[in-house]
Amino acid sequence: MSESANGAGGFPSLTLIPKADAKQSMKDFKSDQEVRWCPGCGDYAILAAVQGFLPELGLRKENVVWISGIGCSSRFPYYLNTYGMHSIHGRAPAIATGLATSREDLSVWVVTGDGDALSIGGNHLIHALRRNVNLKILLFNNRIYGLTKGQYSPTSETGKITKSTPMGSLDHPFNPLSVAIGAEASFVARSIDSDRKHLTSVLRAAAAHEGTALVEIYQNCNIFNDGAFEQLKDPAQRDDVTIRLEHGQPIRFGAEGQYGVIRGAHGALDVAEVAKVGEDAVLVHDAHADNPELAFALTRLGDLTSNTHTPIGVFRDIARPVYDRLMSAQMAEAATKQGQGDLASLIRGNDTWTID
Amino acid sequence: MRAVRGPTAAAPRRSFPVTKQVKQLDRVVIRFAGDSGDGMQLTGDRFTSETATFGNDLSTLPNFPAEIRAPAGTLPGVSSFQLHFADHDILTPGDAPTVLVAMNPAALKANIRDLPRGAEIIVNTDEFSKRAMAKVGYPTSPLEDGSLDAYNVHAIPLTTLTVGALAEFEISKKDAERAKNMFALGLLSWLYHRPTEATVDFLRRKFAKLPVIAEANVAAFKAGWNFGETTDDFAVSYEVAPAKLPSGTYRNITGNLALSYGLVAAGQLAELPVYLGSYPITPASDILHELAKHKNFGVRTFQAEDEIAGIGAALGASFGGALGVTTTSGPGVALKSETIGLAVSLELPLLIVDVQRGGPSTGLPTKTEQSDLLQAMFGRNGEAPVPIVAPQTPSDCFAAAVEAARIALKYRTPVFLLSDGYLANGSEPWRLPETSELPDLRVAFATEPNQENADGTKEFWPYKRDPETLARPWAVPGTPGLEHRIGGIEKADGIGSISYDPANHDLMVRTRQAKVDGIAKDIDPLWVDDATGDAKVLVIGWGSTYGPIAAAVRRVRAAGGKVAQAHLRHLNPFPANTAEVLRSYDKVIVPEMNLGQLALLLRGRFLVDAMSYNQVRGLPFKSEELAHVIREVIESV
Repeated sequence: MSESANGAGGFPSLTLIPKADAKQSMKDFKSDQEVRWCPGCGDYAILAAVQGFLPELGLRKENVVWISGIGCSSRFPYYLNTYGMHSIHGRAPAIATGLATSREDLSVWVVTGDGDALSIGGNHLIHALRRNVNLKILLFNNRIYGLTKGQYSPTSETGKITKSTPMGSLDHPFNPLSVAIGAEASFVARSIDSDRKHLTSVLRAAAAHEGTALVEIYQNCNIFNDGAFEQLKDPAQRDDVTIRLEHGQPIRFGAEGQYGVIRGAHGALDVAEVAKVGEDAVLVHDAHADNPELAFALTRLGDLTSNTHTPIGVFRDIARPVYDRLMSAQMAEAATKQGQGDLASLIRGNDTWTID
Repeated sequence: MRAVRGPTAAAPRRSFPVTKQVKQLDRVVIRFAGDSGDGMQLTGDRFTSETATFGNDLSTLPNFPAEIRAPAGTLPGVSSFQLHFADHDILTPGDAPTVLVAMNPAALKANIRDLPRGAEIIVNTDEFSKRAMAKVGYPTSPLEDGSLDAYNVHAIPLTTLTVGALAEFEISKKDAERAKNMFALGLLSWLYHRPTEATVDFLRRKFAKLPVIAEANVAAFKAGWNFGETTDDFAVSYEVAPAKLPSGTYRNITGNLALSYGLVAAGQLAELPVYLGSYPITPASDILHELAKHKNFGVRTFQAEDEIAGIGAALGASFGGALGVTTTSGPGVALKSETIGLAVSLELPLLIVDVQRGGPSTGLPTKTEQSDLLQAMFGRNGEAPVPIVAPQTPSDCFAAAVEAARIALKYRTPVFLLSDGYLANGSEPWRLPETSELPDLRVAFATEPNQENADGTKEFWPYKRDPETLARPWAVPGTPGLEHRIGGIEKADGIGSISYDPANHDLMVRTRQAKVDGIAKDIDPLWVDDATGDAKVLVIGWGSTYGPIAAAVRRVRAAGGKVAQAHLRHLNPFPANTAEVLRSYDKVIVPEMNLGQLALLLRGRFLVDAMSYNQVRGLPFKSEELAHVIREVIESV
């Protein structure tokens, strides 16, 4: 095994995973399976971005595992030539937790969707996030149930007309990133299917993160919810509605950077023209702040229907003890303190008697 | 050799020598009963431990409410611990106690109906206040109104005596009163000549951080012993000689502990890490607690957010090459069903330990039942066969866990291990196996491609099976060249890619079934105990009913009746000779702690007119009652 002292690209999160002997390319990660998403689906772009990004990690591909639940996005593992499991609805984070906590030499990725992760599997998602297991969770959010042909999802806007809600949905939607920060997530980011460069940069940050990383990817379902994120993609308006977060940088947006995020009344975030409020009023993004207040407030910007003022990028990226490392440390401590287990003495216990 | 010894240090000298008669008994059944806060389980455990050390055969039945501290002094709050010990091998905790220790009126009232006439009753008179008696519906004191005339009552102010014995200790009155269970234990230990050093040591260990409390409990324990020796109330003490069990080294063990050790052993024998994903549930949680102590055996325990995540994590670990295990009880199995189905489809090893309890729904969390057999057998969508193994006594949980792991690993399949609340908490002496006698469970992971194409290229086919076992290769992540994707969608035979082909699905469904059915060739045939060889009636059971059934069979035979007994360790598949066995008898009786689940399977599979005998009272069968049933059937033949 060719293990470098540092992880690939110097990522401390990958130090325990064996590295590839030779440089890899995108085709190393393509499986022989025919991709079967609907033509025009945003999943294709995400798949291409992931296949293009994985060689960058330089990991042995046999040590990379993709685990998914159920839904359109969950077909993802079939198209990657790594180990993979297409499991059952909502349970991928739980299954991946068992794998990641028993095999520190693996890079474990979860692919899920808004229904899979936030509806049927909501419990597993929040608990994976609070534990901070070394998992990378890609949540494809298309705000609709695609595989079951078009019912509203937990991220659909209220009043959505679908087959199951002909008079409009009554549910108030989840904001996945607000949920994640509420669940004590140590890494929270958002990107967009069609922005390969940005998506790749977010995947890179997620891979580098030690612990659970949640990446929400806005993904267009061109069959059942087409155009859900159109404002963020349309060259004519995207710069004015998208807020690109960069750690340590003032939070400015607009084609000319003419807008900025400021503290408004009562400390809530607001958007203003920089020329009017002055550069000093513009908040500087701090993804590493232990206090989640700013990151949470940023998740609350953005309008679900119009997509106005939607931040993308890494909202939160903090260092917190990683569950699987802690578990291994306890295993090692037990072996040191108790010595390697001896079965005969275990079953014998302290209180035996002999019959001749 | 074992000497019966009394307390050593600090035993007050008796002023007058008392000569007491010693009687020999062949067996005794004691039931300790009190409030849930009275420490009856601890008292019973200690008496059991003394008895095991002494060398009697024994069997125990703890019985406690689901509430941690039910309202004091009420009938639902009564907690009891029954212990049967003997100078010969025994099979059950005893039908009826010959001695009842009742710490309060509720304990007396809740248990009196189980006592045969002439039984000894030791009551704590301090608790028999008017109010306490009225609370459980005694209009007059049963100690005075003659209602206990049929019994031999020892009315003793246990609390007063305990507090008096501890007058010199600087502890609160409440703490002094709480030691009354140790006074009672001391008295019973004297009455039955139990060795006491281990209990003294135990108390000092248990209260190591509170030395005053430790010494107070030791003093109460010794005071109880001395009280027995000096009081006129007990003119006789009893000896029960050590049992002549097969030679070997023994320890006392509960089912949950034996099962935990079986799981640790399976990992060691397979040379695989054990990964337990579990969610706390009565009566299975003790397995999680126990395994959490044994990280130095490479055992990882993960307390998940729910039952589904518990099995999910275990299955994820199995995918990674561990022996994945999940432990639960009936309601948890219901939640895990979908993941069990996934494990059937993935064909990965996985153990599902179901410590059954009374159902449906929450049911009787702390009481025993065998009503999850059909859930284990059929409780999934689709055709999803899962092998089932059931232990028959508390100590047998060890071997059954090893056997379940053997099947799971060899056949790459989830396996159910069906224990129950009675086995879990009950205990018995266990003759320790030599580790060299245990089976080799090692498996070979796939390391090479297993399929050569026409053009000479090689591939890995995750569903290309072993022709003998039909097991598929276990290729774990990290193995170069064997990268593959598996999932719950139907797979093409061999190559393992997604397939919706009708003929392929038919083949895969039948193949998965054939794999499980084929295990019948690899398990012991059903053994029949037919002492005379000409019995016309067979009684067949599974799981924890072994003890009561075998005891009933002994009773019937002792009176000259002819009956054969068989007990199923494997419920799926059944042993290959099951049909032959069943058809060899005119009548087949199936006692079960459910409404006839095994009987339904036997009737359906083998077209035999199996007769059910059922009880779902949350308690094991009484052997006399089963003996009566067997006698009636014998007479009808």
